Amino acid sequence: MKIITGNDLKSGAVIWWTGQDWSIHVEDAADVGDNGEQILAVEDAACRVNGGYVIDAEREPDGKVRPAHIKDRIRALGPTVRPDLTLKPADPNAGNWVI
Amino acid sequence: MAESGNPVPQAASEANYLRFRDDVPADEPAVSLDSFFEQPNAVSVRIEAGDDPEWLIPHLARVKLVEVDFPKFRDGRGFSSARILREAGYTGEIKATGDVLVDLVWFMRRCGFDSFAPEVAIDPAVLEGALNRYPYVYQHAADDAVPIWKLRHG
Amino acid sequence: MYKYDHYDQAMVDARVADFRDQTRRRIAGQMTDDQFKPLRLKNGLYLQLHAYMLRIAIPYGTLDSRQLRKLAHIARTYDRGYGHFTTRQNLQFHWIKLEQAPDILAELAEVEMHCIQTSGESIRNISADHYAGAAADEIIDPRPWAEMLRQMTTFHPEFSYLPRKFKICVIAAEEDRAAMRWHDFGLRIVKNEAGEIGFEVYPGGGMGRTPFIAYKSADFVPQHQIFSYLQAVLRVWNRHARRDNIHKQRMKILVHELGEEEFTRQVEAEFEHIRKLGTDFPQSEYDRIAAYFTPPPFETGLSDEIDRSDPDFAVWVDQQVAAHKAPGYAIANISLKKIGGIGGDITAEQMEVVADLAERYSFDELRVSHVQNLVLPHVRKRDLYAVWQALREAELADANLDLVTDIIACPGLDYCSLANARSIPVAQKIAERFADYDRQQDVGELKIKISGCINACGHHHAGHIGILGVDRKGTENYQLLLGGSGDENTTQAKITGPGFDEDGIVDAVERAIEHYRTIRDPGERFIDTYRRVGMDGFKEAIYG
Repeated sequence: MKIITGNDLKSGAVIWWTGQDWSIHVEDAADVGDNGEQILAVEDAACRVNGGYVIDAEREPDGKVRPAHIKDRIRALGPTVRPDLTLKPADPNAGNWVI
Repeated sequence: MAESGNPVPQAASEANYLRFRDDVPADEPAVSLDSFFEQPNAVSVRIEAGDDPEWLIPHLARVKLVEVDFPKFRDGRGFSSARILREAGYTGEIKATGDVLVDLVWFMRRCGFDSFAPEVAIDPAVLEGALNRYPYVYQHAADDAVPIWKLRHG
Repeated sequence: MYKYDHYDQAMVDARVADFRDQTRRRIAGQMTDDQFKPLRLKNGLYLQLHAYMLRIAIPYGTLDSRQLRKLAHIARTYDRGYGHFTTRQNLQFHWIKLEQAPDILAELAEVEMHCIQTSGESIRNISADHYAGAAADEIIDPRPWAEMLRQMTTFHPEFSYLPRKFKICVIAAEEDRAAMRWHDFGLRIVKNEAGEIGFEVYPGGGMGRTPFIAYKSADFVPQHQIFSYLQAVLRVWNRHARRDNIHKQRMKILVHELGEEEFTRQVEAEFEHIRKLGTDFPQSEYDRIAAYFTPPPFETGLSDEIDRSDPDFAVWVDQQVAAHKAPGYAIANISLKKIGGIGGDITAEQMEVVADLAERYSFDELRVSHVQNLVLPHVRKRDLYAVWQALREAELADANLDLVTDIIACPGLDYCSLANARSIPVAQKIAERFADYDRQQDVGELKIKISGCINACGHHHAGHIGILGVDRKGTENYQLLLGGSGDENTTQAKITGPGFDEDGIVDAVERAIEHYRTIRDPGERFIDTYRRVGMDGFKEAIYG
């Protein structure tokens, strides 16, 4: 699947296109098919995303969305060396999902 | 070089042309550097970003206007070109053309540019703010501004 | 240290207002990111993986307690409780919001700090020897010159849209503690036969994807012409560098393409012209600035004895304490390389501890070194024990300066959008492998530097052992390099062979170190042995 990601303009937070708006949770990412660049152009012009781009991802059996590249998985969770600063500080296995 | 506080747009239809001089602008369009050397009567010349301004130095007496192009605002060669011309004693008009953004105009003025023809019109209110933002300068350039070290020691 | 007068303060305040307006226009959609990006970079604001990153200038690595406390406050209020000291003596915060950045700049301006020109294609923070003013071997303190040039290059109208970044370094001793020849414009202060101060100039160094070591373009530029000479160098480069390929626009590339002789010739021609323009600053301005850098009022009659009866303290003294030019004083190095931690990172609480120590024990001054550690430059020997106890309680007392666990690592793929691989976990694994203190001592001085990508922010080209993270078909891979150095015998590290995965690189480093231990002569450091025997034996030991 193709999903869109970027950063929130004002806060810099990592965001994922849900189909209607932007979420900080990669699980909410929607498959945009071939429409990614189109959607990005609109959202960028409206200042709802900064530095956005389209990436490959796959839907995992448990429903989670897994970006193809490790960089985007790190963006999805947070720095692997500071679990306390990630979106899932209480989950000891979160780091394994990134790698 | 004449200095007025605010830019004087030449005409309503030329809102993209901001000029800080009191004299009459050259009415010839600027020709390329090559053409300038071929035409002994040419008074307006255009320097591309990669052109060497030093070619003009022996001919400055007949020049009324030098256009210096900024193909992309990040390409800062024009700043050196303008300053080199001023250091050579040129007092005619130096116009910045191309991707001239409002946030660059203060630096351009300091390097000797006294007119601007940006591709995209500059908001005069924003320009006013940008030009009056910094009360001092740290270093000499091609303008008259007195650097801070000189103010400190009188 | 330097204190702003009202002119300096007015300029920094104006910059805050300028950036506040630019940010407002960006958030309101009046500017595209393409237009805003160079402007925010000129205020050190990057968009990174997880948030915006703000890089704060620490001119020539010198700070006082008031400034460090403000940084702690910013860490707590606007970031996530910590900061990261960099390989250019600056501080970074990695969790910044754009909408708060103007407020942060305003807070920094209250303590005479800023983020001006800390990134983008600008003249960057000027670095200097972190032992300046304390080391016995310096001719004069280099920092007044660094401060003078800092001012002269701030908002320079001709040189604000350069082909690429431009890094300046000033040293004043034979021993190069600041990696001077890895800069675009390195200066060594010297005295000529008449006893006059001047500069040896070293242009054209730089790391990144095509590293070059600077060459010497001038044996002696008289001190009061150095700004003209700098402008000459900048003008030659600004005019003649390529503008079509961002990877080929650093000045080192132009020097390499023209050749040293031709580059020097062009610089000298510009210098001849520029020094007649009257742009250099006068002696009176230099004297005004130098007055801020006179030695602090060192006490006399102090004992040079250190009570070593506490064995842990003795270990720390042996590794972390360096000789000071004033009798009874010492230079205390503070390790930010706790084993298991993240190198260069410091919590807000730790910043407060160090601020208190600087204020109480070091004439209210501390330094940041380019190897991401801190320095208390002027500590009475009799106060070292109290300092050490406070550091130990704050987990800042690892005794590993320049040892195998004193590893430089860029933030890498955990933080940085440019990275290809994570570097911090590699540093942690190596440090943990060599954690045993006796083993560290046995290995001796060994400077390991890790970069997560070819931009080389971890300075891997200058590592005795360098590690470069690359992307190999979508997975992280690490190249091993040997033999680099940032000292006065500046050399570039050479790659050993095929790369390794994360566990493999740690094993490979260990094999290289074991090989060194096997063949070393008495007293030889790793780098000495490598320089003596070359790559071949190491390559065999690493790859079998």
